[in-house]
Amino acid sequence: MTINASAPDSNVGEVTYNARHTLTVPTEFIRQVRRKRTLIAFILVIALPIIVVAAVKFGPSGNGGGGFGDGDLDLVGLATFGAWNFTLTMLFFGSGFLFTILAAMFLGDTVASEASWSTMRYLLAAPVPRRRLLRAKIIVGLLLTFLVMVTLIVTSFIIGLIAFGSQNLNSPLSGTFTTAESLQRLAVISLYITITLLVPAGIAFLLSVSTDVPLGAVGGAVVIVIVANILDAIEALGDLRRLLPTDYGGSWIDALGSTIVWDDMAIGAAYSISVFAILIGVAIVKFDRKNILS
Amino acid sequence: MNIGGRWSVAIASTALALALPLASSGAAPWQASVATAQVSPTAITLDGGPTSATDATPVRLDADLYVPNRTPAPAVVLAHGFGGSKTSVAEDAQYLVDRGFVVLTYSARGFGSSTGQISVNAPDFEVADAAQLISYLAGVPEVSQQTQGDPVVGFGGGSYGGALSLMIAGYDLRVDAIAADITWNDLQSSLFPQSSVTSTETGVYKQLWSALFFSSGLTSGPVDTCGRFTQAWCDAYNLAATTGTITPAGVELMRASSPATITENIQVPTLLGGGQSDSLFPLDQVNANAEQISAAHPDTPLKVVWHAQGHDGGVNETDRLRELTANWFDAHLANGPSVSTDFEVSLVEGSAISDRAAGTVSVLSASTYPGISGDENSTFTLMGPPQQILAPAGGVPAAITALPGLGGFGALARSALGLPLPRQSAAFISQPLETAGRIIGSPTATFEISAGKVTTDVTIFASVRIVSGNDRQSLPKGLVSPIRIDQVGPEPVEVTVALPTIVTEWAAGDRLALALVTTDQAYRMPAGPAVYTVALTNSILQVPNVSTTASAGGIPPWAWVAGALVLVLIIAVAVRLARPRTPTPTTDPELVGDPVAVRDLVQEFSGGLRAVDGVTFTVPRGVVLGLLGPNGAGKTTTMRMVMGLLRPTEGAVYVFGERIRAGAPVLARVGSFVEGPGFLPHLSGRANLDIYWRASGRIGDPHLDEVLQIAGLGDAVDRKVRTYSQGMRQRLGIAQAMLGLPDLLMLDEPTNGLDPPQIRHMRQVVHDYAATGRTVIISSHLLAEVEQTCSHVVVMNHGKVISEGTVVSLLAGRTGLRLEDVFLELVGEGHGV
Repeated sequence: MTINASAPDSNVGEVTYNARHTLTVPTEFIRQVRRKRTLIAFILVIALPIIVVAAVKFGPSGNGGGGFGDGDLDLVGLATFGAWNFTLTMLFFGSGFLFTILAAMFLGDTVASEASWSTMRYLLAAPVPRRRLLRAKIIVGLLLTFLVMVTLIVTSFIIGLIAFGSQNLNSPLSGTFTTAESLQRLAVISLYITITLLVPAGIAFLLSVSTDVPLGAVGGAVVIVIVANILDAIEALGDLRRLLPTDYGGSWIDALGSTIVWDDMAIGAAYSISVFAILIGVAIVKFDRKNILS
Repeated sequence: MNIGGRWSVAIASTALALALPLASSGAAPWQASVATAQVSPTAITLDGGPTSATDATPVRLDADLYVPNRTPAPAVVLAHGFGGSKTSVAEDAQYLVDRGFVVLTYSARGFGSSTGQISVNAPDFEVADAAQLISYLAGVPEVSQQTQGDPVVGFGGGSYGGALSLMIAGYDLRVDAIAADITWNDLQSSLFPQSSVTSTETGVYKQLWSALFFSSGLTSGPVDTCGRFTQAWCDAYNLAATTGTITPAGVELMRASSPATITENIQVPTLLGGGQSDSLFPLDQVNANAEQISAAHPDTPLKVVWHAQGHDGGVNETDRLRELTANWFDAHLANGPSVSTDFEVSLVEGSAISDRAAGTVSVLSASTYPGISGDENSTFTLMGPPQQILAPAGGVPAAITALPGLGGFGALARSALGLPLPRQSAAFISQPLETAGRIIGSPTATFEISAGKVTTDVTIFASVRIVSGNDRQSLPKGLVSPIRIDQVGPEPVEVTVALPTIVTEWAAGDRLALALVTTDQAYRMPAGPAVYTVALTNSILQVPNVSTTASAGGIPPWAWVAGALVLVLIIAVAVRLARPRTPTPTTDPELVGDPVAVRDLVQEFSGGLRAVDGVTFTVPRGVVLGLLGPNGAGKTTTMRMVMGLLRPTEGAVYVFGERIRAGAPVLARVGSFVEGPGFLPHLSGRANLDIYWRASGRIGDPHLDEVLQIAGLGDAVDRKVRTYSQGMRQRLGIAQAMLGLPDLLMLDEPTNGLDPPQIRHMRQVVHDYAATGRTVIISSHLLAEVEQTCSHVVVMNHGKVISEGTVVSLLAGRTGLRLEDVFLELVGEGHGV
């Protein structure tokens, strides 16, 4: 699809257009990565393990950290066992709420902020095809979310290595793993957490194409997750809670047994992927038909 | 305590008082609403057997009769668990009546509103009552009859009700099928278990369970040491509870109430359920029933199910078992679809998430019932030196394994609670196992025990433990095998122990251990302290397994993910199909020479406002066209439609002959500046233009330096845009529109925020731009400006074009007038501009 844009006067050079070159992922990445919120997110996940190590090393000596779940599993208590365990604990902390907020931020703010900056109309008139715009937005949003997680993992591991040594992962469920197993389990857990983040990401993205207010999209997604968390705590809802995105957040614990039990994680992953696909599908179709008034 | 209060299970009764409500809420909460219209039972009072050996007056049994819509139908009598009443099985009754059976529930004698005393399923009393119920059903017209006085009837129940079902099937030939769950074969071996294979000595008194059992018969009537029990049972219990022993009379009582006495007479289709989480009536009791029935009559249809629930709680399989039971009765009472007699065993693959009922159950099956010794055996070598263990005085502190009545202990078995107390336990452990494996059945091992001085009433609890990395131990289902030896001295006594019947898996690298512990708080232990020495004799741990095929027990993990990916694919296709259709025809060859041609354009916003209402005009090449009109005339809306940002309600826009839709490629030849600039505030002006050019998909010379010169930002071009004044942004916005020198430039109010010298400069820029043969459209309200810049004008008002043409033609014949006067004349004086 090349358009000869040469002017009647031949002294002007030729400009060609190719829709496939519009708003590439690298270009969108540059547009997003230099934003202050991106910087703050990365500073946050780098600072978090440092703060936790400082709290453990210099804080008042307690009774070895809080419990987890039923009181049977003591992830936090094992945090100081070594770099692997420290990383696992940091992932556990992050998976509670931090990653959710970051995923909601990276995908919720991305389209709405273009609207609020008035840059959207110029991109679309460039013309960046609408679906291509969303594609770049989704990929970069997910990539940033993933990078933040990787940064937390790498930082935690390095800091854990310095502070607590390199002992292999010790599971609150089933003893100590080998190095290869530690790596495998941590990889499975990280991957699973990433997949579960697709739900808040999808909610935020759908809100992002629906509103011109970035804060509304991010906040809306976070509020939905909070409400789901509250509902998930109401035992009386029984099996209905399985419909809530938050019901699958903790299934990665199953990767810490003597063998990995995949069932709950498979259900959680299938749920998250399905919900994400539906939300993104709706967002795309909605954006196709949207009249751009911003 | 409601022991087996529901037919399929006494699940997770956390406290005695809570037993019933909890049991009923265990099922899916919406089940009641999904079920078809509830059948209300008819309450009736029936005559049972004699009140006692000396009083022939029949007891009065409180019963409920449920009649389905279609009759006559086969009948099912549901017997409740110990401590329950006819209402405890109401939910099961409702399910069966929905499946088309006449259902009779009743409170056993001594329970609920029925009269009489508890005799624990004695043949002369409870079993006689059941026979009376069959006679009653023979007279109910809604019940199908085989012959006169012989109705088509099945019996079902769990625990106490399960034993009754077995007993009545043995005693009364009119019973046609039974389903008995988690019940006993022999009461004495259940309550005084002896796991030493060769020993004939009385076992260890199962104190805690017995007490719970007995006390649930004391809960109504006057406060009395015997409650509603018969004197004989009361005496036997009080003796056992006080001394841990039984008299011959007690032995005889328990024997009479045991299905073991009549299993050889059972010739009707029998469904036997056993619970893996059951320390009261463990799987070896169920196994005994199964083996005795098939030994006596090998042709009797017999199906054995080792499910994952039981008196200790476990994993809820109520729905599956309830359906299986109904299918069983359907097949054997109503000629329904046949049900295979394959042995089924549930394998719990524990999720660690506690609120998910501890995991997924996969159901394995085998075509023949292998018993508790399995059909595949492996042996493992145990190691460990002789060890001394202490039996503490008074039997306390004691190890806590299964918690009768508390349930759900399976989940806790991993924790410290399941670990034996130091000095009270010995362990003989295998090497780490190279491959993963399974235990289905009762492992066996042999050890010897001696004591420094002669000790009587020696009690030991043996168990298999799985030791994972880091010495973490798990005790499958919290089950232990009690062993009692009358006397042990310095001469070692050899003991071969049948370890608990369990269904579990170990992982590669795990070790198996034989643990010998002197205490267990659920059992009665000797009062005196003692020290024993235990040692291995042949170091062999025999582990049974069953070769099974996994039946449709649950959806395999990959299927979930595959299903999700299929859904993703479907959505992807749907989204692709939902792509907005390209309006046809896509091009108009006659308009290729015109930068913009607008035809009958309408934009109607929600609420019915027609911002643009039938606009038609053409912009010829190489002109500077002014788009004029008061606020709200529809100028900007028209421009947005030209840019493909708004979809026209009607009509069409052509740019260089190509019809405009969202993202039409021809828009690459258009540079636009509409309703103010839009930039990334965190980037510099130069970076903004650079990135915009890259994002625009255009390749070629952007003429960046030229347009930056037009913007005239000086050094500020490298500062972040958020620091710019409005005029600077305005100029940068115009510069952005000119990037790559597009063939058509659309500027909406370009001179906003510019000072007079800059306006003059901009005028020159636009003039020069058009001089290259390119086209410029300017909308402005500064009419003097337009007059000086533009060669053509289109005047709009209220969404309509009211005049169009060259500036010269518009002013023709109106000497002395300026464009402003003409404009005001056109739109009417009243309008502000």
